[in-house]
Amino acid sequence: MDEKVIPLQKIPIGAKAKVKTLLSMGSVRGRLQDIGLIEGTVVECLQKSPAGDPIAYLIRGAVIALRSEESSKILVESCDGYVHV
Amino acid sequence: MSTSNITISLVGNPNVGKSSIFNQLTGLNQHTGNWPGKTVVTARGRYVFENREYALVDTPGAYSLTAHSPEEEATSEFVRSGEASVIVVICDATCLERNLNLVLQILEVTQRVVICVNLMDEARKKKISIDLEKLERELGVPVIGAEALTGAGMRKLMRAIASESQKADGLPEIKESSVFERVKKAESICAACVHYGKADYNALDRRIDRLLTSRWSGPLIMLTLLALVFWLTIIGANYPSAALSKFFFWIEGGMLAFLENIQAPGWVSGLFITGIYRVLSWVVAVMLPPMAIFFPLFTFLEDLGYLPRVAFNMDYYFKKCRACGKQALTMCMGFGCNAAAVIGCRIIDSPRERLIAVLTNSFVPCNGRFPAIIALIAMFFAVPTVRTASAASNSILSALLLTAVILSGILLTLFMSRILSRTILQGVPSSFTLELPPFRKPRLSKIIVRSLLDRTLFVLARAVIVSVPAGAIVWLMNNITVGGLSLLQLSTQTLDPFARFIGLDGTILMAFILGFPANEIVIPIIIMAYASANGITSYESLAQLKVLFIDHGWTWLTALCMIIFSLSHWPCSTTCLTIYKETRSVKWTALACAVPTFSGLLICFVLTAAVRLLGGA
Repeated sequence: MDEKVIPLQKIPIGAKAKVKTLLSMGSVRGRLQDIGLIEGTVVECLQKSPAGDPIAYLIRGAVIALRSEESSKILVESCDGYVHV
Repeated sequence: MSTSNITISLVGNPNVGKSSIFNQLTGLNQHTGNWPGKTVVTARGRYVFENREYALVDTPGAYSLTAHSPEEEATSEFVRSGEASVIVVICDATCLERNLNLVLQILEVTQRVVICVNLMDEARKKKISIDLEKLERELGVPVIGAEALTGAGMRKLMRAIASESQKADGLPEIKESSVFERVKKAESICAACVHYGKADYNALDRRIDRLLTSRWSGPLIMLTLLALVFWLTIIGANYPSAALSKFFFWIEGGMLAFLENIQAPGWVSGLFITGIYRVLSWVVAVMLPPMAIFFPLFTFLEDLGYLPRVAFNMDYYFKKCRACGKQALTMCMGFGCNAAAVIGCRIIDSPRERLIAVLTNSFVPCNGRFPAIIALIAMFFAVPTVRTASAASNSILSALLLTAVILSGILLTLFMSRILSRTILQGVPSSFTLELPPFRKPRLSKIIVRSLLDRTLFVLARAVIVSVPAGAIVWLMNNITVGGLSLLQLSTQTLDPFARFIGLDGTILMAFILGFPANEIVIPIIIMAYASANGITSYESLAQLKVLFIDHGWTWLTALCMIIFSLSHWPCSTTCLTIYKETRSVKWTALACAVPTFSGLLICFVLTAAVRLLGGA
């Protein structure tokens, strides 16, 4: 299994990844945790917006759009070796 | 009936149907819509259950009690204050796990809680089953399933609230868990209580989303929908507008004849018919039909859940201007009413970005303005010729031109947002998390009742209230003479040299100034001022109106400049007042007037100079 840790922003559409670390601090971190992004949460990349940013993710049953500023600071590890669904 | 003070508070994540539950319980018509952040002010209502009265407080949506926005702070303070006897936490059955974070947090503050799992019908459709009894055992407080749209579960909810409110004050165990512990607990509770009938329960939503937000189809659908909504508004409003005009004209004839019969003095028919009645009938005939069509269409898109997708599609461009993507939502609300949209700007968390949204909101023409723009387009730019005589092709052209006007308004919004964030509102874009809620099938009856009663009649009533004194004032200005000239002539002549620079004339500029209380009355003021000079009495159709305008020196450039100035001038008085209330600052209110006014003046000036230089018009 691929243990490489990468930013959430980099995972392709359809792929799932498990959150390792939140790099952002302060209220941004709090907000992300409140919507369920903690270590171990599995996130699925669903859909890019027309300009490629923000990107929509499936987080604990809800679809949340994150800008690259946020998603680049969420470190994840791949769950499925990036097999496109 | 006892009127004991039992205060019940509705708390929950954004967009879980708190306002719908509130409406079901109280019978009130609190505005609802399928997008997070709809409720930005705390609503209060009452209901009676088994002879006891309950005061109900609806709070803005919050993801947690750890406040990250002013709305969450308000909700958090309210929960912690202990003002509410019982707190009803509303959850979305289709997304229970995320909702439980807030539930668990509230349970650490108080145990007098009733959990209402709303949208059970949506969950059923998605083959999600929730074991409510098990959930109740896990959480230790009553759990009620509900469908706010149909009202199912409301009696049960009221009963649970009643018995909970009579319970003795049980102190909660004082323990503050970490967000990590709560999320983990929510996960394990859901694993035990929620069963998914099919793994891809959101497959249809995802397919629709791929269509609505992908690189090519996303913007295309957005533009098409915009043009389509305008086309339906224009073509649908055409006949009722003409019929209403005829009807009002017929009534006018009758009233004039009556006044003549009773030998009323000339100023009576002047003030009441030429002044008040004509402005009033123009406002109703020209404004009511487009509103009555536009508002239901807009409400349909809103209830469906399309608006957050617009914000998702457009966020990148707002980010480039260092603003918030949710500004797209407040922009959309501006089509209805700029004042309402300014209040709606509270959904933007960062104060800097919220100010940008407030200051640029009036670049989107509200319902008081775009019917006038439609009329100008129909008179000067989508003129039926022999070749394109069909009404349908003409209305399509009108709709496309209106769409182009709106798009320039959106570009202006982006451009000014950028300038503001480079100058007086400097800063970096704040974090952005936008929830894309599941699509919900709008209920037609609800849309029609709500959009007609809450929006159309509300906006129309405001315009009518303003048009009565405005009609009177303009008539008086037109008929009180100083040194051989009427007050209106005097003021328009003073404004005229300046107005010519920006492609307008003194009368048009005067009408915009007098139209400050409500933009609906701008065109009727122009008509009254021109008509009195002509001595002609009434204008039933746009074609007659065009003749009147051309008689007063209008060209396509005048019409274009007037459209631009409608799009970009000071906000109406209601909006200004709202901006002051929201910002608590004269400076920002003044700037909210200055920004669109100066850009409007500048564009009109440059355009007029360029056209005159090139010898056109």
